[in-house]
Amino acid sequence: MSSKNGTIKESYNDRLFLTLIYIFLSVLMIVILYPLVYIVSASISSPEAVTSGQVWLWPVDFSLEGYIEVFNNSDVIRGFRNSILYTIGYTLIAVFLTVIFAYPLSRKNFYGKTFFMIFILLTMLFYGGLIPEYLVVQKLGMLDTPWAILIPKAMAVWQIIIARTFFYTSIPEELVEASEMDGCSSIRFLWHVVIPLSKPIIAVLALMYAVFQWNSYFDAMIFLRTEDLFPLQLELREILITQSESGANQDIAEQQKRQQLANLMQYSLIVVSSIPVLIIYPFAQKYFVKGMLLGSVKG
Amino acid sequence: MDESLEQSKEIKKVTQWHLAKRSFQRHWQLYILMMLPVLYFIIFKYVPMLGAVIAFKDYNVVQGIIESPWVGWKHFENFFNNPVAWDLIKNTLFLSLYQLAVTFPLPILLALALNEIRDGIFKRFVQMFTYAPYFISTVVIVSMIILMLSPRTGIVNNLMEAVGLDAVNFLGQTEMFRSIFVWSDAWQITGYSAIIYLAALAGVDKQQYEAAKIDGASRLQKIWNVDIPAIMPTIVIILILSVGNLMAIGFEKVYLLQNPLNLGTSEILQTYVYKMGIINADFSFATAVGFFNSIINLILLIIVNAIAKKVSGNGLW
Repeated sequence: MSSKNGTIKESYNDRLFLTLIYIFLSVLMIVILYPLVYIVSASISSPEAVTSGQVWLWPVDFSLEGYIEVFNNSDVIRGFRNSILYTIGYTLIAVFLTVIFAYPLSRKNFYGKTFFMIFILLTMLFYGGLIPEYLVVQKLGMLDTPWAILIPKAMAVWQIIIARTFFYTSIPEELVEASEMDGCSSIRFLWHVVIPLSKPIIAVLALMYAVFQWNSYFDAMIFLRTEDLFPLQLELREILITQSESGANQDIAEQQKRQQLANLMQYSLIVVSSIPVLIIYPFAQKYFVKGMLLGSVKG
Repeated sequence: MDESLEQSKEIKKVTQWHLAKRSFQRHWQLYILMMLPVLYFIIFKYVPMLGAVIAFKDYNVVQGIIESPWVGWKHFENFFNNPVAWDLIKNTLFLSLYQLAVTFPLPILLALALNEIRDGIFKRFVQMFTYAPYFISTVVIVSMIILMLSPRTGIVNNLMEAVGLDAVNFLGQTEMFRSIFVWSDAWQITGYSAIIYLAALAGVDKQQYEAAKIDGASRLQKIWNVDIPAIMPTIVIILILSVGNLMAIGFEKVYLLQNPLNLGTSEILQTYVYKMGIINADFSFATAVGFFNSIINLILLIIVNAIAKKVSGNGLW
């Protein structure tokens, strides 16, 4: 496959090729950014401007009516509060379980670690199915309680593998042996040495679990009945997807105004619900990348 | 010869026992701590696997999983005798193959392109913005799709009308559903999925690039002969995993995008399982359909792994 072309022509081709790459990446970036910019612009424009299609890139007739509508909606506020509680509770449980499972699996002389690895990897291959999982949650009496959100998805195999790889590479066996010489128990060692040394991986796990929980709606939809327990995503589904198809019969002018405002509120709601994720995005981006890289290294 | 073999087996057994005992003595606290996560996996992963036997039973709440009467293949027969079954299988396969064809190669292209350009602000910008949609929830993505494609107020139809085209109810058309689903997915995950390939590309030996340069290779030749072989093992693993998940495609998103008008293409096996099982409480029948889905998945995974191993020497096991 050696090149037969002259060097001058080749560098011309290379430059052309590089230009094409820049064009490709720029187009891709615009395609990805456009919907995001549009949603934010629409959310801070006036209801009329949005419905009549005047907004296509930048805000028109700056207005915060949509946001006022969002913050006056008690369902949204309640959902927001529930989601924060679920996310914190779930993240604590999930990180705790993942650490106490992944750490032993990373120790060289821990007998049975291959067995336990196969034990968890098999769950990736064989899946009981939606209905049997539902029946287990039902049997445990968790239906329509916060536990149904906090417990059934409390661990993910991928996260265990990432954590194990981290412990394996950054907690040397010599350290364990030294602590044992000093008569330090395994649990104390885990608490006082391993955890302080593992802040980066704990951040990775916490972010991954937190984003997952904040964004999920499906478990809440099948397990919860009481509206007081609904997380934000389920309220969003109610307002953004289910309701948008139906229209109420009222005075036409009044209805049109309500409709416009309801329509506008949807844009604002999208922005508001994504704010927590946007706040952590700079950290998340860095840590998610780190997590992906750890996961791809075979331990 | 046999005697020594026996002997070495014996020794191995003794050392195994010895190792286990030493490990228990040394780490007993960790073993106790581990019981909690192990219990979690048993209850929420292994019990449902066994619970899948209700696919072969007439499950009712009073008798429970164990006592309910066996009915053999009844639910499977009912499913396959229903003409809907073939539509569901077809819809599931078409949607997932379409999705694979788009969302599998795009991240590779993005990673290769990013790898060509210099480190700098532009590269950081592209990376930052292409990852961003990954963090947006399914509900929000679907809402954005519905809002932007709305026939009366959506931006897409507004722009189309501005240039003199007729408004289209995109989500109400069976033939548009698959494209909307797949391309919005590509929009959301391409950037994030590229990370793993970028990591593999970062590991390429710089000397190989030098050697390629000395040989007078063009950029394209360098990509073809150095970059692609370097990320081949990653490509193969990701492909296997994607095929293994073929029938488990983003069903939460499919469900949200469904409306009565597009059900002809948007009803897939898993949304059907949800409706039959959770909404209609026909547990055994729904489990049977779900079981069928999982088995197809497993078979696909085994086949593609075997092929990958034969062709490229890489496999999951």
